[in-house]
Amino acid sequence: MDLSSELMREMYWMMLLSRRLDERAWILHRQGKIAFHISGIGHEAAQVGAAFALRKGEDWVTPYYRDLALMISLGLTPKEYVLSLMGKVGDPSSGARQMPSHFSLRRVNAVSHSAPVATQAVHAAGIGLAIKMKNAKQVVLTTIGEGSTSQGEWYEAVNWAAIHQLPVVFLVQNNQYAISVPPEMQMAVKSSADKACGLGLPGISIDGTDVFGVYKSFTEAFETARSGKGPTLIEARMYRITPHSSDDDDRTYRSREEVEEHKKKDPLLLARQVLLDKSIITEAEMDTLDKKAKEMVTEAVNFGEQAPYPQAEEAGYPIYFEEVHHG
Amino acid sequence: MPTKVIMPKLGESVVEGTVMNWLKKAGDSVEEFESLLEVESAKVNTEIPSPAAGTLLKILVQAGETVDAGKILAWIGESGEQVPAESSQEPADMEMKHREQQEQESAPAQTAPQTESKPAPMDLENQIAAGRDRDLGFISPVVAKIASENQVDLTRVNGTGQGGRISKKDILSYIKNRGEVEAEQEAPAWETPGEGDLFRPTEMQFPERFATRNETSESTSGEAKKPLQMKSSTAGQLIPHTKIRRRIADHMQMSKRTSPHVTTVMEADMQNIFFHRAKNKQSFENQGVHLTFTAYFLVATARALQKYPIVNSSWTEEGILLKTAINIGMAASLGEEGLIVPVIKNADSFSLIGIARQVNSLGDRARNHSLAPDDVADGTFTITNHGTAGSLFATPIINQPQCGILGVGLIQKRAVVSADAIAIRPMVYLSFSFDHRILDGSAADGFLAEVVKNLEKWN
Amino acid sequence: MAEMTLVEAIRDAMDEEMERDENVFIVGEDVGQRGGVFRATDGLFKKYGAMRVIDSPLAELSIVGVGIGAALYGMKPICEIQFADFIYPAFNQIVSEASKMTYRSNGAWSVPMVIRAPYGGGIGGGLYHSQSIEGFFTHVPGLKVVVPSSPYDAKGLLISAIRDPNPVLYLEPKKGYRLIRGEVPKGEFTVPIGPANITKSGEDLTIFAYGMMHFYAQKAAENLEKEGISVEVVDLRTLVPVDQDTILKSIKKTGKALIVHEDNLTGGYGGEIAAIIAEHAFTFLDAPVRRLAGPDVPAVPFSHPMQEWFMVNEEKITNAARELAHY
Repeated sequence: MDLSSELMREMYWMMLLSRRLDERAWILHRQGKIAFHISGIGHEAAQVGAAFALRKGEDWVTPYYRDLALMISLGLTPKEYVLSLMGKVGDPSSGARQMPSHFSLRRVNAVSHSAPVATQAVHAAGIGLAIKMKNAKQVVLTTIGEGSTSQGEWYEAVNWAAIHQLPVVFLVQNNQYAISVPPEMQMAVKSSADKACGLGLPGISIDGTDVFGVYKSFTEAFETARSGKGPTLIEARMYRITPHSSDDDDRTYRSREEVEEHKKKDPLLLARQVLLDKSIITEAEMDTLDKKAKEMVTEAVNFGEQAPYPQAEEAGYPIYFEEVHHG
Repeated sequence: MPTKVIMPKLGESVVEGTVMNWLKKAGDSVEEFESLLEVESAKVNTEIPSPAAGTLLKILVQAGETVDAGKILAWIGESGEQVPAESSQEPADMEMKHREQQEQESAPAQTAPQTESKPAPMDLENQIAAGRDRDLGFISPVVAKIASENQVDLTRVNGTGQGGRISKKDILSYIKNRGEVEAEQEAPAWETPGEGDLFRPTEMQFPERFATRNETSESTSGEAKKPLQMKSSTAGQLIPHTKIRRRIADHMQMSKRTSPHVTTVMEADMQNIFFHRAKNKQSFENQGVHLTFTAYFLVATARALQKYPIVNSSWTEEGILLKTAINIGMAASLGEEGLIVPVIKNADSFSLIGIARQVNSLGDRARNHSLAPDDVADGTFTITNHGTAGSLFATPIINQPQCGILGVGLIQKRAVVSADAIAIRPMVYLSFSFDHRILDGSAADGFLAEVVKNLEKWN
Repeated sequence: MAEMTLVEAIRDAMDEEMERDENVFIVGEDVGQRGGVFRATDGLFKKYGAMRVIDSPLAELSIVGVGIGAALYGMKPICEIQFADFIYPAFNQIVSEASKMTYRSNGAWSVPMVIRAPYGGGIGGGLYHSQSIEGFFTHVPGLKVVVPSSPYDAKGLLISAIRDPNPVLYLEPKKGYRLIRGEVPKGEFTVPIGPANITKSGEDLTIFAYGMMHFYAQKAAENLEKEGISVEVVDLRTLVPVDQDTILKSIKKTGKALIVHEDNLTGGYGGEIAAIIAEHAFTFLDAPVRRLAGPDVPAVPFSHPMQEWFMVNEEKITNAARELAHY
C-alpha cells in the first residue's frame, strides 16, 4: 500500500500539532494556569495512524484519556482542547464538567468516557452491536492502555465483539507503563495482542511509533470490520515519554537513562525523518510547519485565557436529558 | 467518709445541668436539706438541698459549669476531713456506664424480628400512675399546631391515643364539638372589675373606717346615696365635690407632684398561664380556692420584686429606703363607693395557691366591707387592673410613697409572630409607672421584663 | 381490557414497543429461545428474531455496558438482569456510565435504556435470588428508578421507561409475577414516570409502599378497614424522581406515616420518605414516622421459616399499621 505524499504530510502535521499542544499543556501546568494535564507524548504515531484509517465523522470512536492526537486528528481544535484544559465555557467534551482529556466530541461520533478504565470498551461493543443490527457500514475504534486490558470489562467487551463478529477494532496502546507498573505485572503473555487467541479474534502487535505502518494496519482491520468479518485486536507498542500525568513523578519508578534512550525513538522525529528522506517536505518547510503549529497553539491559549468560566449554577444540570438546553 | 453532692437528673430525658450559684462556700457548715446551690437544667431550675449535715469540704463544679447528671458537684463531711481524690468521679460515671450497659443489654430483647424504626417508648410512669392527674403526655407536632391555632386547652381534650395521648383525631373531634360553653370559658376571667387607674388610698374610700376627729358624720351612707345637688350656671353644671372626690384629687395631685412619673409598657403572652390555669383550676377549686389571673400577676410581680429589690422601695431625703417585706396592694373596685387596695403581706412567701387564697379572701372581705385596717396598710407596691373596662394600657399614678405601680391591661387574643409563624395568642399589655427619682429606665424595664418573663415562662 | 398477570403485562409492553419501534431490543441471559427464566420474554424471540432478542454471554456488566453503547448509537435497549441479585457486576456501568453520561457530556450524549430486574424474596430463592437492591440505585442522580405493583402500572410504566431518553431501572416484584393480576388495556397507553398513586383513600394513617409491599399494604388496609381504621395507601411507583407532592398531600391529611419496604432498613429508601415528611410536614405529624422494613441481615435466607422471619408481609404490615393508628 502506497500512501500519497499529501496524506503523509497531513498525518505528520497532526502529530506535530498534537505534540506542540501537549507540550504547551505541560508548560501551562507548570505556570499554574491549568490544574491538570495527562499527556499523550510518544503516542502520536499510533493515534494519528489509526485516526486516518477511519472515516472521520462516520465511524465511531470510544477513546481514552491519552488520545489527544487521535482527537485532534478527528477534528478537535486546539482552542477546544485548551478550553477543556482550563475548565472554560465551550469545552465540547463536557461543558467543563470533566477533567481535561476526558474526551467527547459528538460531531465526529467520539463518545464521552470516564476515568475508571476499560468502561469505554464495552460501549464500543454495544455500538458495534447496534451497527450490526442496523446493517450500517460503520466501524468502531476503541482505544485503551495495556494496563487496562487487565479489567474484566475489557475482556467482556472483546468477548462480545468476537461472539457477534462486531465491527470493532480494539487498539491497545502499550506504552510500557500503567502509571508506574510495567506490563509484566499486568499480564503473563508477551503482548496484549496474545490475549486475542483466547477470545477468538485476530490479534496483532505492531510498532506504534511508525505512523505510516500503523495506518496500514488499521486500514486493513477497519476493512475487515466494515465487511462484516469481525473485530481485530491491535497492540501498538510505544513508550510513554512523559510522566503519567502532571501529578506524577516518574523518577520514582524509572531511570532518566531509560527515558532518554526512548526519546531517540520519538515517533514525531521518526515521521519527520521519513518525510525528509522521501523529500516530501524540506527542512525549511519543516520549520515553517513547526512555527505554524506553535502559532496555532499560542492563539488557542490566548483564546482560552480570554474565555469565561461557566456560571456556578450550570453545575446543577443536566441530570436528565429533558434538562438539556441545546443552543 | 464524706458524702458526695451530685448533679441530679432533673427530669426524664434531661442529661445535664448547670450550676447557677453556690449558696455556700467551701468551709461553710450546712444542715442536712439546707439549700446548697442552685441548678438549672433544660427542664427545671431548682435549689439542691444538702444530702448531709457537716462542712462543705470542696466544690468540684463551679458556678456556670454544665455537667452530666450523676457528676459529683461537691463533698460534704466533717471539718478537715480528706475528700476522695479527683478520680473519684469514677464511681458516679461507672454507675452511669453500668446503667447504659444494662440498657444496651436489654435492648435486643425488645428488637422485633422486623427491623422497625420504633418510636421512642412513651413514659411508662405516665401510664400507670392511677389516681394521679392525667399528664398530657406526648403532644404531637400536629396536635400542638391545632391547639395553638384554635386556642384549645389540651387538658380539656379526651385523649384516646397510646397512654391516653391526645391524638389529632381527638383534638379535631373536640374542636368540632366544643360549643359556646368553651367559648365563654375562654374569655379572660378577671375577677375584680375595676376602673382604669382610679385606685385611691383606702382611707379615702372608707372614711368611716378611717375616721379621724376632724371628720364629721356628713358622709353617712344615707347621705352618700342621695342624688347630688346641682347648681345651674351658664358655663354648665357644677357637681360639688364629695369628700371622697376631694381626697382622691388631693392624693393624685400630691403623687404627681411628688414623683416624676414615667410609664413603660411591655406585653406578655399569656398562653402558658391560660394552659396552666385551665389545667389546675379544678384541682384548686377542689381545695376551695378560686384560681384567678390576679394570682398569677401577683406571683409574677412578687418574684420580680425579689430580683429587683430597688423597685420595692420609697424615696426619702436621706436615701432610697428598700422595704424588707414585699407587700403588694391589689386595687379592687367597690363600684360607686370607689376603689380599695387590700394588701397581700409578704406576697413573695406564698405559692400560687397561697396567693390565690389570699386574693379570694381579701376580695371577699373588700366586697363585704369587712376589711381590717391592717388589710390595707403597709403596701410596698401596687397592681391595678384597668383592663376589665377594655383599657389596653394606661399610665397609672403611683400610690405614694411607693416606687411603682403595675397596670394590667385587657387580656386579648391577638395575632402575634411566633417562630416566624402567625399565631393567635392571649396577650396583655403591662404598664409600669415608676418614680424616676428611684429608678432609671433600664432598671424599670429590667423589672418589667422580669414580670413578663415570669408570666410567659410559667411552669 | 383483559385480565393479566404482572409478568404478562410486562411482556405485553415489550411486545408492543418492539412492534412500534424497531430500535427497541432485548438483551439478557436466557431471554431468547427460553423466553427468560420467568418467561417475561416468552414468544418474543420467535416473533422478532435473534438480533432483537439477544441471549447475552453470562456477564451482567456487559449486558448493561453493551446496552449503553447501543443506546449511545440510538437504539433503545431493554437489558434484563436475570435476578436483581446479579446486578452488582454492572454497578459501575449503571452508576458511573449510564447515569452520568448526560451530565458529563453536558447533554451531548444520552442513554435511553431500560434495565429490567426481578427483585425481592418470598420465593425460596435464598441469599442470591431474593435481594431488594433499590437502595443502592435510588441514591444515583441521573438514573430513574421505577417499581410497578400492578399489571396496569407494569405495562404503562414499562412503555414510559422504554420511551424515556434516560436510563431507567425497572424493578419487577417477582413474587407478584403471577400472584398479582389485574385489568390491562390492550394497546398503547403509558403511566408517566414520576407521580405516585394514591391507591386507597383513608383518614387515620398513610402506608407508603411499592412493589410487592404495596400489594400487601392494600390487603392490610382492607383488614384494618374492618376494624374501623381508615388507611390511606400510597403506591410510590416511581422511587426516583420521587413524588414529593403526593407524599406530603397524604401525610398532611392523615398525620401518620408507615413506610414499608422489603429491602433492609438501614440506609433504605424508606429513610428518604421519612426525611421528606420530617422536613416538610413536621407540624402535621401526629405520630413518629415509622418504617417497617426487612431486618438488617445480609440477605434473605433460604429455609422457609427463616425466610418468613425475614419477609415483610400482610400480617406484619397490618400489625404495624394498627399499632400506629392507636398511637
